[in-house]
Amino acid sequence: MIRLLWLVPLLPFAGFAVAGLLASRLSRRTVALIACGTVLASFLISLGAVAGLGALPETAAGLQIDRAAHRVTQTLWTWLPLGPDGNGGGLSVAWSYVLDPLSAVMLLMVTGVGFLIHVYAVGYMGHEPPVGFARFFAYLNLFMGMMLTLVLGGSLPVVFVGWEGVGLCSYLLIGYYYDRMFDERSGMSCADAGRKAFIVNRIGDMGFMLGMLLLLGATGTLEIQGVLGQVPGLGTGVATAAALLLFFGACGKSAQIPLYVWLPDAMAGPTPVSALIHAATMVTAGVYVMCRMSPLLVAAPMAMLVVAVVGVATAVFAASMGLAQTDIKKVLAYSTVSQLGYMMLAVGVGAFGSAIFHLMTHAFFKALLFLGAGSVIHALSGEQDITKMGGLDRHTPRTHATFLIATLAICGVFPLSGFFSKDEILWNAWLRHPAFWALGIVGAFMTAFYMTRLYILVFRGRERFSDEARHHLHESPNVMTVPLMILAGLSVVGGLVGIPAAISLGIPNLIERWLEPVLASPVAAGHGATAAHGAVAQGAAHAAAAAAHSGGLEIGLMGLSLLVALAGIGLGWFLYERRPGLPERIAGSVGALYRIVYNKYFVDELYGRIVLAPYYGLCRAAAWFDRWIIDGAVNAAGYVTLGTSYASVGFDTVVVDGLVNLTGRVVRGGSKALRVMQTGVVQSYATAMVLGLFIMVSVYLLWLGH
Amino acid sequence: MPVPAAHVLVVSLLLFAIGIVGVLTRRNAIIILMSIELIMNAANLNLVAFSRQLNQINGQVFGVFTIAVAAGEVAVGLAVVLAMYRNRDSIHVDDVQLMKG
Repeated sequence: MIRLLWLVPLLPFAGFAVAGLLASRLSRRTVALIACGTVLASFLISLGAVAGLGALPETAAGLQIDRAAHRVTQTLWTWLPLGPDGNGGGLSVAWSYVLDPLSAVMLLMVTGVGFLIHVYAVGYMGHEPPVGFARFFAYLNLFMGMMLTLVLGGSLPVVFVGWEGVGLCSYLLIGYYYDRMFDERSGMSCADAGRKAFIVNRIGDMGFMLGMLLLLGATGTLEIQGVLGQVPGLGTGVATAAALLLFFGACGKSAQIPLYVWLPDAMAGPTPVSALIHAATMVTAGVYVMCRMSPLLVAAPMAMLVVAVVGVATAVFAASMGLAQTDIKKVLAYSTVSQLGYMMLAVGVGAFGSAIFHLMTHAFFKALLFLGAGSVIHALSGEQDITKMGGLDRHTPRTHATFLIATLAICGVFPLSGFFSKDEILWNAWLRHPAFWALGIVGAFMTAFYMTRLYILVFRGRERFSDEARHHLHESPNVMTVPLMILAGLSVVGGLVGIPAAISLGIPNLIERWLEPVLASPVAAGHGATAAHGAVAQGAAHAAAAAAHSGGLEIGLMGLSLLVALAGIGLGWFLYERRPGLPERIAGSVGALYRIVYNKYFVDELYGRIVLAPYYGLCRAAAWFDRWIIDGAVNAAGYVTLGTSYASVGFDTVVVDGLVNLTGRVVRGGSKALRVMQTGVVQSYATAMVLGLFIMVSVYLLWLGH
Repeated sequence: MPVPAAHVLVVSLLLFAIGIVGVLTRRNAIIILMSIELIMNAANLNLVAFSRQLNQINGQVFGVFTIAVAAGEVAVGLAVVLAMYRNRDSIHVDDVQLMKG
């Protein structure tokens, strides 16, 4: 099965080709079968391949196997022959796929969650016209293919192809309703939202590309394993620069400060897209690439500090912006940004395993939240404003139950999945520095609060939706609720693969053990690195050693964070369930603060001023230059030609034609005079002849004859 | 006593002048043809007269030729006049001004 690895990305590409090319010929049913079928097939092959990873053969045709690292590489062809490398050898980039424990987790997560969302989307998009339906699923399949290319890519350029490809699909799918308005207040259309996402991502991609080129220059290779193998030989400066550049790319893709602004507007896309691309898979690509390059990061402690600071800042900042949003999907979008911040925090403190663990559990419960939100929107005929919802628990019982599970999971309630993954990150943050932990706890409190607020405003209390919406109110069909229930199950049990040692009761931490061969740990890398780095790593090692003896502390912190989560839930419950009028009064009493948070700290406006305004100014200057200088020169040439032409025409009519006409007139005048003689009477001619003869003879005789 | 050539030339001159005046002044095509005949005979008279005076036979031969040619000319001329009459019911040369400019 592991030899079929190449089929995993190829099948969705094939689905894309069929659905995309035959969009107008296929029925919705056929398109749905193709799209879901290809992803399901990819999922099954992935399952088989990952199962095969446990017991690898020594050799297999067409595969390079590293049993110690549990890594299988399938090289398909030489993709970019880059020419000689200066040492007599050849430098080329192969199109290769790598399956190792890290990509295996991503592979199963992407294909599994992706398949569920595909199935859900069949129901959600069921009212679209067939051509739009086919377009949607073609893009969705293309996305799956690109995401799997990104996950499996064995060299940085292949990863980059997937990286750009998912960005393209994100753009295409955000702009799916390209003819609709997204935000009336700022006049942003869905197509604008897609463009915004694409352009902001492009800024980050520049960092990724520069990082890639820096690594190529420093190590002479672009194969990920080749690069990582040479990390110990890199100077700290180069490693730091490369790590920061790659992190900048990850900031764009994973919506970190300062490039997070596109993700909330990406909610313009259909809800399954938000769930698949902007919650579960694409936005985690940045975290994934960071983990993939973990040995590089470990060699650059400064870069890791930056990652951790940016991560925790994003986590808290985005959570606070989620507090006052009234659009159900935007609350979830800020929540996603915040959770991605936690993952980056984990990366920054060196807990790569925790980052991947949280990435996985987050994919489960955030996909579930988005799909639940989609189900709510579907039930209310397109309503997204949570102030116009309420009391839906009676009408949509399945959506309500699954949404509640996901809410508790993201809040971090024991023993749901979010509890384990978030606490692992917080514990690792504590080991790095308690300040990270403290900020993380603040973010967790806000998370619990805004999620409870969201849940209560949507599902509890008074029914505030319109009579029109009530008329069409219905629970979603099975094709949508069954994926919800499966994801709910995963959200409940997903955390059990990573039970921390302190409370394990003998159950091993499966995910940590599974990922161990792939991910670097700051402790292990401490040996043989530079002195400064060694000191930091040693500090971490001491902390880790201390941690081993402080199970009590870990349990205490865990209890504390659980208490904080419950406090957030309690506060949300008190404010929105018990005293529904209170939040408005509070918002009114801190009006300025509320407005700032409601307007998302005016970051969009700030970017508008400092980035867009100068840019537009430049555009206007260029347009002015174009219009007056370039166009002016062209027009001037035109006018000169025109003037010359008029002069030429004048000369022609007056002088040339004048001469010709003059000739004509002279001839005509002469003819008029001579015509008189031409009488037509032969006798007059004869008279003239006789007279002439007479004169000539007379002249001859009288004067010349002598 | 032979008639001196000068006398003959005077007669010839008178004939010629009458012919010229006829050609130039008459409008009847037949009269004009007749006047042309006078001019031609004036010329013949000259030829014969000089032939006699110079004692050479060439002039008289020419005269005979001229008479023959004049006969042909009259035939053609009358045919033209006839054709003209048929087409225009007139033999006045004033009526034929196709070549007027």
